[in-house]
Amino acid sequence: MEWRDPLHILRSEKEVHILRSDKTCKPTDLRENQIRSANTMSFSGRLGDRIFPRLTLIFAALLLAILAGIIVILFLDAMPAIKQFGLSFFGSTDWDPVNERFGALPAIYGTLLSSFIGLIIAIPLSIGAAIFLSELAPAWIRSPASFLVELLAAIPSVIIGLWGLFILVPFIRNPVESWLGDKLGFLSLFQGPPFGVGFLAAGIILAIMITPIITAVSRDAMKAVPDTQREAMYALGATRWEMISRAVLPYCRSGLIGAVILGLARALGETMAVTMVIGNSYKLTASLFSPGTTIASKIASEFSEASGEIFIGSLVELALVLFVITLLVNIVARLLVWRLTTVKVEGI
Amino acid sequence: MISDPSYLRRRWINRIMVSLSTLAAAIAIALLILILGYTLFHGIAFINLDFLTQAAKPAGEAGGGMRNEIIGTLILVALGSLLALPIGLMTGIFLSEFGNPRINAVVRFGADILAGVPSIVIGVFAYAIVVKPMHGYSAFSAGVALAIIMIPVVARTAEESMKLVPGSLREAALALGITRWRSVIGVVIPGAMTGIVTGIMLAVARIAGETAPLIFTALGNAFGFDGLDKPISALPLQIYRYALSAYPDQNQQAWAGAFLLIVLVLVISVLVRWISGRRKE
Repeated sequence: MEWRDPLHILRSEKEVHILRSDKTCKPTDLRENQIRSANTMSFSGRLGDRIFPRLTLIFAALLLAILAGIIVILFLDAMPAIKQFGLSFFGSTDWDPVNERFGALPAIYGTLLSSFIGLIIAIPLSIGAAIFLSELAPAWIRSPASFLVELLAAIPSVIIGLWGLFILVPFIRNPVESWLGDKLGFLSLFQGPPFGVGFLAAGIILAIMITPIITAVSRDAMKAVPDTQREAMYALGATRWEMISRAVLPYCRSGLIGAVILGLARALGETMAVTMVIGNSYKLTASLFSPGTTIASKIASEFSEASGEIFIGSLVELALVLFVITLLVNIVARLLVWRLTTVKVEGI
Repeated sequence: MISDPSYLRRRWINRIMVSLSTLAAAIAIALLILILGYTLFHGIAFINLDFLTQAAKPAGEAGGGMRNEIIGTLILVALGSLLALPIGLMTGIFLSEFGNPRINAVVRFGADILAGVPSIVIGVFAYAIVVKPMHGYSAFSAGVALAIIMIPVVARTAEESMKLVPGSLREAALALGITRWRSVIGVVIPGAMTGIVTGIMLAVARIAGETAPLIFTALGNAFGFDGLDKPISALPLQIYRYALSAYPDQNQQAWAGAFLLIVLVLVISVLVRWISGRRKE
């Protein structure tokens, strides 16, 4: 086979012949010249290749700077309250703008309690729905049903709150709370007058709002389980449920825990819907029927009217506390979910 | 063997658990239908021409509408997108085309964390960096808050969709002698356009309904749009105020506003699904 000079790629046969016959110019030199000239010709292109990637890097760095900025700015603005109250901020139940005495305990308690109620309700609901969507549903139902569940996440928080306030709260007042009070009133959880608004309403609203994300993430985790695991269980004579409970669920356990924790992060930071149904009362109480407050709802309902360095500082410190809690919870969730499957950021 | 009691028990457990899972999915979808259906049917009753074209009346007076709020939300969404798109898209391009694994992991993690920051906290941040130095609530500060919410969503969806563009297309462009950055702009981005656009639409749907960060940035403005450095009213903000109002008239207007907002979100969601469904075919 004849060896062909690389020059053929760039030039026609005839041109190569002419170039070859020109004894003053060696083919190799010419090739280098051509490459060099090609490079100088697209000088702007080379410049672009230097500038453009760096430009994108600057914008990516800007995203990280915003995140860092949030931490730093919140910390600086909370400084007056941090200096004034120190650690007692977390142990105090005061919220007294007139005498400028503030404590975060009822807000932190309310945030944790309402999120906890939300999780208790949402976990069985979402894992069940995810099992249906990933393992049980016929193919033609799967995609529309997933879409509908995820659509629930797209409904703006304020509309869920509106619905909660006018439809859910009356329903919770009677029959739910009056029934629970009758039957289980001996527990301190279910004592007190049925207001409707309160921790129970907030918990149920939160459950509705986090079910879509827990369902979506755990469905993706279940889908990542290899079919060989399922087939192996079936080959041992397992029923469908035995296959799910002994092959699928254990295999994607960390993904499921991650999904739940992602839901928890969502619940902790949820603001509008909770503010509208929790009743905004600043006290510590064991009763689920009692009105309460969360960190987010406290900020939402008082920030625009707050005045004075200490008052605003206390609200900003609340925001900082909320930020740190959700940051930690989110990091744990991402690490757990990433271990098993890469999940897209919740777009909606 | 079929009548073996342990087999029968296992079969029953199977039936019960399968039914419970199905029930759970049914409940989740029923909740959606309850909320969506009630808002649509209850809200449309209060929609009329006045509602769309009139400004809000003082509390207690009948009539009036949400013209200013609708305009305000459009302005805020446009402003938020204007601020967020350059940062979000460029970050997406960086992650997909130019990053190295270590920096990418950091940026991606940062984007995910930023996406998880509660919107109320972002509102406090926007208050601290814009409202406080400018000595006043403003449309601009609300735009900044909404942009921060939007950036991580746009960045991650842009990255995901640019990664789906086959490497062979990039190589083909490079083989034609095009420089890398021109190949990104001329080949990769057009190839990923549908994905990028759907990501932006989802982000728009999300910020259009955001309320928490607007309470102490946009504040609300009874007199309509008055410049970017002045308070501005917004649809979700007005729904919140009117929902808590003691006047039934205002409660009804809250439902009408909720109707508009939910229709916007529905239209975008269905469009996005239609576009991405078509892309898969």
